[in-house]
Amino acid sequence: MDPVSIRAQWCKGCGICVAFCPKKALRLENEKAVHNPELCILCGMCELYCPDLAVTVDKSQKKPQATREVANES
Amino acid sequence: MSVNNYIRERFFPHLWCPGCGHGTILNALLRTVESLGIDKSNMCMVSGIGCSARISGYVDFHSMHSMHGRALACATGIKMIKPELNVVVPMGDGDAMAIGGNHFIHACRRNIDMVAIIMNNRIYGMTGGQYSPLSGSGILATTAPYRSIDREFDATQLAMGAGATFVARTTAFHVKEIGSLLKKAFEHKGFSVVEVLTQCPTYFGRKNKFGGPVQMLEWYRDNTAPLGSKKLEENSDLIPRGVFRQVDAPEYCAEYAKIVEKAHKE
Ligand code: SF4
Ligand code: SF4
Ligand code: SF4
Repeated sequence: MDPVSIRAQWCKGCGICVAFCPKKALRLENEKAVHNPELCILCGMCELYCPDLAVTVDKSQKKPQATREVANES
Repeated sequence: MSVNNYIRERFFPHLWCPGCGHGTILNALLRTVESLGIDKSNMCMVSGIGCSARISGYVDFHSMHSMHGRALACATGIKMIKPELNVVVPMGDGDAMAIGGNHFIHACRRNIDMVAIIMNNRIYGMTGGQYSPLSGSGILATTAPYRSIDREFDATQLAMGAGATFVARTTAFHVKEIGSLLKKAFEHKGFSVVEVLTQCPTYFGRKNKFGGPVQMLEWYRDNTAPLGSKKLEENSDLIPRGVFRQVDAPEYCAEYAKIVEKAHKE
């Protein structure tokens, strides 16, 4: 499951999370924010910026991803 | 965890406009209360009137949506009856500095232990975009079609002059800083004032051609700097952010408790 979930019913499409995501991992589609997990580093900023409490970032998923990367390297 | 434990979900999506900074301040406030581990039944929020004042309807704390400018007076009564409560009073700029200006200076002077948040978007949003004492001169508003000639209050200077013992400022762009300053304000024993410069894209932004919420937040990013920073030293036009004052002084409820004790002895 995508660790960044966006509650579409609450999102008002203001574009704040899209503009300030450091990895450009968010975009607007039909005036709702949509997340791209490929680009995301789970920094959690979008969750803090959202004026509508529409974004939840599950940072607990950060570690397994990093472990997987390390595993891939070795 | 989720901040959703601290809100009344049935009232969401909230009524604020898309990109209104008030929601970002609510967001930071909820996370601060959570990080401090304060039980929501020990939280009390009192608000006045205006877009900002809607905030008390959204939190699952004890709450009171009171009268325009009178939130601090109501909060003072609550805090004196129940000093163990954490009392937080979010106000708009007009609510805090115009209609409530008198209550504001006296709450500062008394040093009663509560957190006052000034959500300063430089305009009256709810009533259609009139200028406030924090708009500043040269601003377009419904009541200033040829631009305002009024000089603005510096809310932090006013708070310090009136005796507030914790005074800080940040903006709705600096989301982590809102949290860290609110945390300090809650931990401070005395009257704490946190001014958050925020955006009303619907009236202030549109009338003054500031662009949408993103452009307004970029303006706060580019036109402010932390107190004590090199950036601020080199450019005095920037608006300072950070803690302006943090001092210890006798707190009102504690002093009052002593008087009660004295009266009982005699
Ligand atoms: S968690 Fe960080 S990187 Fe991921 S979408 Fe949010 S702001 Fe962008
Ligand atoms: S900041 Fe929130 S409301 Fe605005 S576009 Fe992003 S998810 Fe939607
Ligand atoms: S009018 Fe302005 S302050 Fe009021 S909800 Fe809309 S953007 Fe926010």
